[in-house]
Amino acid sequence: MIAVFLRELRLALRHPAEALAAVLFFVIVCALFPFGVGPSPDALARLAPGALVTAALLAALLPLDRLFAAEAEDGSLDLLLTTGLPPAGLAAAKAAAHWAVTGLPLLLATPVAAALLALPVEGWGVAVLTLALASAVLSLLGTLGAALTLGARRGGVLLPLLVLPLAVPVVIFAAGAIEAAAGGGEARPFLLLLGAFLAGALPLAPLAAGAALREG
Amino acid sequence: MADVLAAEDLAARRGGRVVFAGLSLRAAPGEALLLLGPNGAGKSTLLRVLAGLLRPAAGSLAWSGEEVALDAAAHGARTRYLGHQDAIKPSLTPREDLGFWARLRGGDPEAALASMGLSGLGGLPCRTLSAGQRRRLALARLTLGGAPLWLLDEPTLGLDTASVVRLGALLAAHRARGGIVLAATHLPLPLPGAREVAMGRAA
Repeated sequence: MIAVFLRELRLALRHPAEALAAVLFFVIVCALFPFGVGPSPDALARLAPGALVTAALLAALLPLDRLFAAEAEDGSLDLLLTTGLPPAGLAAAKAAAHWAVTGLPLLLATPVAAALLALPVEGWGVAVLTLALASAVLSLLGTLGAALTLGARRGGVLLPLLVLPLAVPVVIFAAGAIEAAAGGGEARPFLLLLGAFLAGALPLAPLAAGAALREG
Repeated sequence: MADVLAAEDLAARRGGRVVFAGLSLRAAPGEALLLLGPNGAGKSTLLRVLAGLLRPAAGSLAWSGEEVALDAAAHGARTRYLGHQDAIKPSLTPREDLGFWARLRGGDPEAALASMGLSGLGGLPCRTLSAGQRRRLALARLTLGGAPLWLLDEPTLGLDTASVVRLGALLAAHRARGGIVLAATHLPLPLPGAREVAMGRAA
């Protein structure tokens, strides 16, 4: 499992453009809001929590359709599945690598995006923490989606349709946490709920993804 | 010596179509089986079933008398599968590629490189390798960890004469250790004394 994770990181470092594309997408989407809504800080700050979370989740979704498809196309997936490595372990390694390669860079870009959306500075720290949890849940759900849509024609279209509805609770609580922090409220209950989602998805998503890979 | 690999009455289906049915085969340590048959006869499908990648629609597959499906991890550990594709990442070097598989499978990546004459190419990105060199890299992976069952799908595709001779030496050493080889091919393979398994007509 660790070997698979490290190989993913090495491959990502050889192709930094893919991870960078997700980050740039995130920042650019956030940069578009001031143009659409107008530069008034009050209006922007009202939108900021939801916009931040939505943009981050969409950006993290970008590289997901290649997660298993690339491995399936060149035959690597067959070899990985015949190593005796449990398919759920393979899925867990893939999800962890997706988070490290796509989720972490998004966190680094969060202050920039938050500034573009005129989010009050008090909320930035919680915003990074919230997006860390939210993107981890999305990596897990997305790995499940990628495993389920593997081999399906137009899998790239199917994947967001499958994953984003599952991510609705994540958006609600993540936006709630950032809004509370920016408004001087208590973000803790929202973060705990996000943590609970993560704790639930952590074992379940790789198991389901592994079953889907096995059947594929 | 008793048969180690035993398939009874195997059948496989792909996309609702029966590819083959009622297929039985046995192999003892040191034996080699050549799967012969026209395109579409189900040779590759049979290899995928034997590798545990595809569940048989009917029949049983046993290793030393134990049903393979009961312990997929143990079957994976004893099996090396070579498919049509070489499973190579263009941006990794052959040394990194074999290093990765050696971490999963055990064995020495340098010895594996040398076994197919790739030592001099170990540091080049795989995207610069020719089709034959990529095939040699895929073949070199077989040697990692010393598994007893080799399943080869057209192993000599794209290989030059010298590489076929090297493959012959690998296969002979594997069989001398008591390993089993099953190979699907249309080309002559360096497998002296291999039994031939004729597979059905193309549909």
